[in-house]
Amino acid sequence: MDDCPILRVGAKIMIPTILLFGLYVQFHGEYGPGGGFQAGVIVTSAFILYALIYGLDSTRRVIPPFVPRAAAVLGVLIFAGTGLASLLAGGRFLDYDVFAGSPQKGQHWGIFTVELGVFVAVFGVMLGVFYAFVGRGRPQ
Amino acid sequence: METAIDVTLLALLGLTGIALLRVYNLVTAAMLLAIYSLLCASLFTTLDAVDVAFTEAAVGAGVSTVLLLGTLALVGREEKRPLKRQALPLIMVVVTGAALVYGIADIPPFGAPDNPAQQHVAPVYLQESEAATGIPNVVTSVLTSYRGYDTLGEVTVIFTAAVGVLLLLATGRGRGRGPDDG
Amino acid sequence: MRLLGLYNYWIVVGLMMIGFYTMISRGNLVKKLIGLTVFQTSAMILYISVGKVRGGTAPILLDRADVLYSNPLPSVLILTAIVVGVATLAVGLALVVRIHEAYGTIEEDDIHVQDDAP
Repeated sequence: MDDCPILRVGAKIMIPTILLFGLYVQFHGEYGPGGGFQAGVIVTSAFILYALIYGLDSTRRVIPPFVPRAAAVLGVLIFAGTGLASLLAGGRFLDYDVFAGSPQKGQHWGIFTVELGVFVAVFGVMLGVFYAFVGRGRPQ
Repeated sequence: METAIDVTLLALLGLTGIALLRVYNLVTAAMLLAIYSLLCASLFTTLDAVDVAFTEAAVGAGVSTVLLLGTLALVGREEKRPLKRQALPLIMVVVTGAALVYGIADIPPFGAPDNPAQQHVAPVYLQESEAATGIPNVVTSVLTSYRGYDTLGEVTVIFTAAVGVLLLLATGRGRGRGPDDG
Repeated sequence: MRLLGLYNYWIVVGLMMIGFYTMISRGNLVKKLIGLTVFQTSAMILYISVGKVRGGTAPILLDRADVLYSNPLPSVLILTAIVVGVATLAVGLALVVRIHEAYGTIEEDDIHVQDDAP
């Protein structure tokens, strides 16, 4: 859509706002509605909007296709790794009480890392799937 | 007021469902499905499930519509009209629906605070979770702490689904029409 | 009157049957997946309706003691179910794309005709 200035300028205003909102949803999820699942999808939708307006090729230059694949793996590893870390720290699997001095602080850190893992995984999965569908039948 | 919104949204959902059944253009169907998801998200908000509403709006109305349209761009947008009306599916649906109606008639009243579903673990979560985790959003603390195993499983499921999609679509050139093109 | 109070559940049954009917009566594979999504969503509405407490509010704790909260557990279950639902929808659509590449059609009848041809 090279010939549509309204869409191009509109997207330039929208995309940073969507990304910022995604981060807000991620880090404010403990106090209001939101969390890793929602933030991952919202951040993905910003890049989907970018791809719809500026084309798949320039999106692939912004985020190469290996990034979402790596992110999907990394997200699951962060989540499972948190569980492993709690085992090594002497607790049970995914028992966050042992991470910091008090159970409450430990829970806080545990939930933070787990939400981060969910966010990274959902972002990777959604963008990877989008790339797979849109890139079908085109040169990689 | 709450009840009126609830009734209206559910009626609109029913109408969208019937419209979905009657259209044969698949792009129209994809758009109707997006409307359906957005109505669902509004309904979830009135039913106090704000986190769910949030997810449904982002996933159902956003990502799945994009995926559906991406598929339709590859496979064509017109659905073949059925040549004759089949009786068997209708009979199946009527029988299943009758069984469900029979079951629903015995369900506890909608919204009563002393329903069995409200007596089980929910009071424990509501009373103890803030002291245990320091987080006011009970949905977040249950999702990540109390039911962490469950969520790890779900994340693994979507990861597996992504692996499946990438294996199906991201290999080969995607032009051939033979059974053995990779 | 009691049955009228179950309004949410009647609509759920209706939507579930619409999705079910779309799945088993239509031959188009994309339409089947759309039916599956409607079916799935109706089950979500059922869960969330069960968790609603009349006069309650969203389960985000406030500093007051006199607040009635709705049940957080159905929200947790359905939250993850939605994301899993879109992931499975993506797998289904990917299969549809591959079937279209192999057969040149996504109508069930035409695929059966091609399979039966020697």
